[in-house]
Amino acid sequence: MSLEHFKNRNIGTQHYATIDVGHAPVGAMQTFMQVVKRSLKGELFVGLWVTLREMINALFKGDMATVKYPFEKLPISPRYRAIHDMLRLLESGSYRCIGCGLCEKICISNCISMDTRYDENQRKEVSEYTINFGRCIFCGYCAEVCPELAIVHGPRYENASEQRAGFSLFEDMLTPIDTLNLQQEYDGFGAISPNADDTIKKTPLAY
Amino acid sequence: MSEVQTVENMVNITIDGVQHQAKEGEYILNAARANDVFIPAICYLTRCSPTLACRICLVEADGKQVYSCNAKVKEGMEVTTSTPTILEERRAIMEVYDVNHPLQCGVCDKSGECELQNYTLEIAVDSQSYMIPDTKRETTNWSSVLHYDPGLCIVCERCTTVCKDMIGDAAITTAKRGGADLDKGYKESMPKDAYAMWNKLQKSVIAPSNGTEFTNCSDCGECVAVCPVGALVSRDFVYKSNAWELKRIPAVAAHSSDGAHIYYEVKHGSIEDRTEKIYRVTNEWNFVSLDGSARFAYDFENRGADNTGVKKDSMAFAAALEAFKKAETVRFNAMITNEEALMLQTLKEKMGLKLYNPEVRAFQKFLGYYAAASGSSLYSTDTDTIMKKSDFVIAVGTALRHDSPALKYAFNNVQKLNKGAGLYFHPITDTLIAGFGKSVETFTHKVGLEEAVLYLILDLFADKEKLPADVKAYIDSFKTTQTETITEKVEKTIKEMVLNAETGEEEEVSKKVKEDVQKEITVTTNGLVDLLGGDSSTFDDVFAKMMSKKEAFSLMVGEDFYFHPQAENLAKLVALIEATCVMDVVMTPPKSNALGVALICDLDDTATGYTVGYNENGDFRLSALGDGDLDMPAMNQQEGTLTSMSKRVLPTNAALEYEGYELNDIVKALVGAPEQTIEWTELLPLSKGFKALAFDSLPNAFTNDGRDNRGYVLDTKKEEAQLPAVAYFDSNAVLEGEIAYRCNPARQFNDFTDKSHEIFETFSLYASPAKAESLGEKVEVVFENGSIVLDVVVDTKMQGDIVKIPDFKSAKDVYGLFGASRYQTVTIKKV
Repeated sequence: MSLEHFKNRNIGTQHYATIDVGHAPVGAMQTFMQVVKRSLKGELFVGLWVTLREMINALFKGDMATVKYPFEKLPISPRYRAIHDMLRLLESGSYRCIGCGLCEKICISNCISMDTRYDENQRKEVSEYTINFGRCIFCGYCAEVCPELAIVHGPRYENASEQRAGFSLFEDMLTPIDTLNLQQEYDGFGAISPNADDTIKKTPLAY
Repeated sequence: MSEVQTVENMVNITIDGVQHQAKEGEYILNAARANDVFIPAICYLTRCSPTLACRICLVEADGKQVYSCNAKVKEGMEVTTSTPTILEERRAIMEVYDVNHPLQCGVCDKSGECELQNYTLEIAVDSQSYMIPDTKRETTNWSSVLHYDPGLCIVCERCTTVCKDMIGDAAITTAKRGGADLDKGYKESMPKDAYAMWNKLQKSVIAPSNGTEFTNCSDCGECVAVCPVGALVSRDFVYKSNAWELKRIPAVAAHSSDGAHIYYEVKHGSIEDRTEKIYRVTNEWNFVSLDGSARFAYDFENRGADNTGVKKDSMAFAAALEAFKKAETVRFNAMITNEEALMLQTLKEKMGLKLYNPEVRAFQKFLGYYAAASGSSLYSTDTDTIMKKSDFVIAVGTALRHDSPALKYAFNNVQKLNKGAGLYFHPITDTLIAGFGKSVETFTHKVGLEEAVLYLILDLFADKEKLPADVKAYIDSFKTTQTETITEKVEKTIKEMVLNAETGEEEEVSKKVKEDVQKEITVTTNGLVDLLGGDSSTFDDVFAKMMSKKEAFSLMVGEDFYFHPQAENLAKLVALIEATCVMDVVMTPPKSNALGVALICDLDDTATGYTVGYNENGDFRLSALGDGDLDMPAMNQQEGTLTSMSKRVLPTNAALEYEGYELNDIVKALVGAPEQTIEWTELLPLSKGFKALAFDSLPNAFTNDGRDNRGYVLDTKKEEAQLPAVAYFDSNAVLEGEIAYRCNPARQFNDFTDKSHEIFETFSLYASPAKAESLGEKVEVVFENGSIVLDVVVDTKMQGDIVKIPDFKSAKDVYGLFGASRYQTVTIKKV
């Protein structure tokens, strides 16, 4: 084990790197030339024409490209990565999450945290689970790594909230037990491929 | 160990076509590891005997398949680590291990550091060819710390091996379990070794060796450490955290003087509480074995009185400065780093404070006597060297099981691995030690006869030419010779003339006849053996057997000697033994950093006036226990060095945050000091053998071949010295009556071990089963200068009438009760 990080006691010191941003114009002439070049290009009018065309189509031809959000919502792809859902087992209603901690480990923005304990039935119980959505970048790694398909991305993309803690607890993400029959099997990021049965070798069983 | 590898004991071998050098007589596996060559192996432990349970370390040596953990290197040997047949065996073995092994790695505590996972990936097992019906196996708790899940167990027997060969408790063993028989067809179709391994695996499980559901052991947890899978886990750690979440901080075990290398593994407390906590302690189990205090007494950090963490309390700090200015004495114990000891010594030099440390003072004096008598500033060996070299160990004046776990492990390991022998002299019979090996003799002698023990050792081991004439004569004076007549059966050949019936001629026939012959012999009775509670009539034969083929002898000396009225004479005798016998000596510093304190501080014999106590009683208390007038960082919250029994100066790192004041701040304000505590490291006194090395330059790891490469070894200064003039002993100066012995239960060393939540040994009177029955449940022990009321607890491995009274609670001032001796005559009253 390397001891390097034990030896650095200057914990307040940051190491900043500078990046190359190119040259700024030098002198009045170069500045003037840059202004002229930017002002006299025709692209402005191309953009204005596109806007005008779309406006005519929408107003007179009924060709509307937008929906009346929030009263209307577009269907969303199953591969879309929005606020996470925690699923239950359909048969028993128990949590699918086994507390393996892989999502916590793989999370690149380090926003998942869980506490586990040894419960009365000698099983591993997830006693607390949170995702800090202020930090989550919705990369989908957690859903991909989950061995139980317990954490998945749901379709709830409205993640504005009055409080930070809005929907970051396990219970908020968990399928409510009374709507278990409505729980959708996830076929997005990290789900089992449709031909999975054909591609795996079966383990022999002596029963 | 830092022994020089000489060219003579090295041999040349070729592994996979590459030339390597290996130590003669070493196993191929170890030789390969030392040379950075990978051979897979699951069941082998470096310092224990090979078990041949996993059979995965198969290699080809000189064209023959051998198990590399069990075959020794030879000059010119050619080793191939993988051939197609070997790869086939290994693949089959790993597949068998995966049969019915639960696949819920997600809930397993070992996931991420599991050898079964690793080797399954390494051997690339991606399909299964074998099957057998599974057997239901229930999880059990073996003790207050051990949790066993047989469903996960692969019966590699590492736990039983380490418990027997290293720890010495032999508390667990393989047991039979029910289970289906293997399909007959497998015998033909499977690789041979995999089949044999499976056959055994399918029938076995691990269980306590005493036949009950619970282990009766020292709860060191080494079995947990060596378990390659999640079958054995500390009860406290079950399902608490994944291995990869824990940050490992290399440190030194703080409580005993073994100076074991450990890792504190830290993580935030929970989702709400983000302050870091220690979750467990792990070790490099191939190179170092921990005792229970090192492994389980880890959460002794100072969190302040209200358990919320220590902040800088400038009022208390000012009061501490005032207290130091007012004080005449600083009282402290061995639980202190070298740097802090040097700070206190600096305070003594600049402010004239007295340093009072009864725990270490006796040891310091003893070291002084020894140095004066032997000319050597320090004793000659250490535990690691004993384990690697010795084949005859003698322990005197130490309750091996309690005082120094590392020495107990070494004593046991020598018996098991070096085909060794051992002598154990102590007033309290320890049934465990007697069972370490067939060649272990234990002597239960009377308290006060420690000198006689050393004279017996001189008699048994000394080169009589070298011994001073008076000592030789004195030893001989204990011997009496008697002439005895014994009857021996002697075989005689008698010739007879017999008439041959066939030929009718007389023939000469020789016949063998046994005849009783009276013989006179001289029998020497060694009075020393009888005096020490042995049987002199049988001892000679027993000892002759013990001595056969023995070459390297070691003597372990313990705390009884330091707290002995005749300590000086004992030290001289030890020096004499070292000079006249071929024998190395190791001394157990009593607790933690006693050796460091003994070398750095000039300790005083008495405390006077206003006293500042550092983790001890005093008028003003600096304390890392959270209950003092000013908080101090505990040993797991500070960096610094500790001096271990192995004479090494070992760096330890801070595992947990500490925001309060340290001793360095006080010294800085009083007399001036460097900015940081660790800047004292290079100032440690060169005259005492320390080196001027900066803390950050100290290495802290083992090498691949198991060499301890941590910190640095103290220089031992040697001068030519005359043989010391030793005094005779008074065989009447023995303690009689009810005797109490100051001795902590295993795993308890000080207030800090007591504070840890995984240490359960109580502050009680420990007695043998028979004695405990006669004492009842609760007793008052009356000393000359006070008394103490204690519960009675049975120690099943003790025999005899002497009782043990622990000293780990400094508030109880047991040192004060016992005074200058570890043994005291007491009156025990039932309460």
